[in-house]
Amino acid sequence: MGRTLAFLTATRGGARLHWTDWASYSYLFVGVFLMFFPVIWLVLSSFKTEADLQRYPPTFLPYQQQTIMLDGHADPLPLFQITDGEHEGKILAQLRRVGLRAQMVDPADPETRLTIDIADRAPVERFTLATENYTDLFGRFNFLLYFWNSTFITVTATLIMLLTNSMAAFALSKYQFRGRTVVLLLVIGTLMIPQTVVLVPLFLIVTELGMFNSLWGVIIPGAATPTGVFLLRQYMLTIPDEILDAARMDKASEWKIYWRIILPLSAPAIAVLAILAIMWRWNDFLWPLIVLTQSENFTLQLALNSFQGELQTQWSSLLAMTVLTLLPIAMVFMFLQKYIATGIASTGGK
Amino acid sequence: MAAIELRDVRKAYGQAEVIKGIDLSIAHGEFCVFVGPSGCGKSTLLRMISGLEGITGGQIAIGGEVVNDIPAADRGLAMVFQSYALYPHMTVRQNLSFGLENIQTPRAEIAIKVDEVARMLQIEQLLDRRPKDLSGGQRQRVAIGRAVVREPRVFLFDEPLSNLDAELRVDMRGEIAALHRRLGNTMIYVTHDQVEAMTMADKIAVLRLGKLEQFGAPLELYNRPANLFVAGFIGSPKMNFLSGQIDAEDRMILRLESGEALALPHQGFAQRVGAKVTLGIRPNHMEAAVTGPVKLAVSAVEQLGGESYVYGQTASGTAITLHSPGQTRIGLGDVIQVAVPTDKIHLFDSETGLSLRMD
Repeated sequence: MGRTLAFLTATRGGARLHWTDWASYSYLFVGVFLMFFPVIWLVLSSFKTEADLQRYPPTFLPYQQQTIMLDGHADPLPLFQITDGEHEGKILAQLRRVGLRAQMVDPADPETRLTIDIADRAPVERFTLATENYTDLFGRFNFLLYFWNSTFITVTATLIMLLTNSMAAFALSKYQFRGRTVVLLLVIGTLMIPQTVVLVPLFLIVTELGMFNSLWGVIIPGAATPTGVFLLRQYMLTIPDEILDAARMDKASEWKIYWRIILPLSAPAIAVLAILAIMWRWNDFLWPLIVLTQSENFTLQLALNSFQGELQTQWSSLLAMTVLTLLPIAMVFMFLQKYIATGIASTGGK
Repeated sequence: MAAIELRDVRKAYGQAEVIKGIDLSIAHGEFCVFVGPSGCGKSTLLRMISGLEGITGGQIAIGGEVVNDIPAADRGLAMVFQSYALYPHMTVRQNLSFGLENIQTPRAEIAIKVDEVARMLQIEQLLDRRPKDLSGGQRQRVAIGRAVVREPRVFLFDEPLSNLDAELRVDMRGEIAALHRRLGNTMIYVTHDQVEAMTMADKIAVLRLGKLEQFGAPLELYNRPANLFVAGFIGSPKMNFLSGQIDAEDRMILRLESGEALALPHQGFAQRVGAKVTLGIRPNHMEAAVTGPVKLAVSAVEQLGGESYVYGQTASGTAITLHSPGQTRIGLGDVIQVAVPTDKIHLFDSETGLSLRMD
């Protein structure tokens, strides 16, 4: 904690702040603002009610109008502060509104109905978190199902991808065989083909294989990525061949060499690829949108999309689910980001 | 039994032939050293014996069984690599156990064997460390331990000492030799250092450009080099070479390039009148003598106290080294006469490089 603080308040040295200190800190603050403001705005907005979200001008913090329960009324009545006229200063509850006039009562005297010009009143508001946005996700929408679908796809696809890519990279980096360079160039060459181009053929294949509308239809086609193969291959090239020879002399099978020697030694590169794969899969939208049409198979990204109707968008639920969707990936990134820099640096990749 | 036979073993990468037909037979329990300058194919040959490298011709037999098509893992050999090649992500204990685990040795037995080897190589206190926390010498011991623990038929060493500093190298040299005496296995050891070869080997194979130049006991190579290359390669400092032509009238006289005449021994060498030959003589066999036939302009003198080296050139510019015990009075710039004892000389055909020794 002390070290974090020391790091955050580090200066160029000397008693007074040097101008470079001012420059760097203002630069950093601008950066932090640019990065974090949208996220903070999203999180705060996700706690706003639908009405609060529609308000113009918008408020930074979520506010809700106060209500009161009165005898004889089934629903809670909204409270207003009277700003002008006969009842100025009082807090009244609105029964109904008719045009520019509203019928209101004093909570202390619920029998007497008063008619107030709506220009003479202001709603009584208080900072309140609309947690129902979140609870609704679990109650009214099947958030957990979408979460499970997304998690299943992400975890399975990442594992399959790491396995296949590392095996391919092992072969391409450590075995001498005719056509090795051609294979590698083919793999890298596929990087030049945009995914949208192969979308239709891929879709046809997936349909032929009966994986349409199944989670596997999302998992399998993305299992081998040229980037992953290339990244791992570059890293594995740095593992000395003598270690493999030593293992061969130690009577290790080729599979065992892969599993016990190559994989552990490639851990930094594999960590990088795992992080990338998790982010790719979790945030993937286009391909799941094409393959998955039934809502029980939706991933979180698709579920988010379905909140946006043609006529109406349910912003409160959309924002809340966005926050929940962001959380796991942010966690993954926070804990593993240090591997990305070291891993990429040591693979000699980009 | 683990005698090793190489019969016309060849290796080519495409058109380039790197091992050009080698015949060699190493008896069981022998310590054989492959020595040669870098690029002579000695490491390749070792890897071919190990099975890590395929062969393109000939036969390799271990213990009487041709192993050409047997993979490295099943040849029953162990190898110590130049870079040690320890598994960096495993502790020393795991490094030592890995090979035994691969042949399904029971856990308890692995522990016993590893402990025993660790005790023998004095690396017991290192068993829980990782290779990166070890010094060069310790890594070397672990690498040897990894080979020993599997109780192989044959040990292969690929320049194991070249990454160590001079002092440690001498120590480890002794330890490997002691290990050989204790285990009694056949060992093949590759080095480019002829001192290592001379001190450790029962048999030395001198290789050059993929060919076997000579195979024999260290002193045999030293005393009776088969050709110019072996003569120059074995022994430190290098043997001196003086080229000349056998006198047209008298085959007992060698006329040197520098003009001096040398008397040759009457027998032992195949001397042809008029033949161009190279005379070789070791630096410690030459000595300064007023009556000596060869004139030498001294260009450098090294006095080590117990011994001294004199470097100089003959009239034709051939570099000559003199090595004598004790201290010398010869000084820089002196011009001295040097004697060439005829019973210590070697004669080689200048064209083929082969020794003219007849027996």
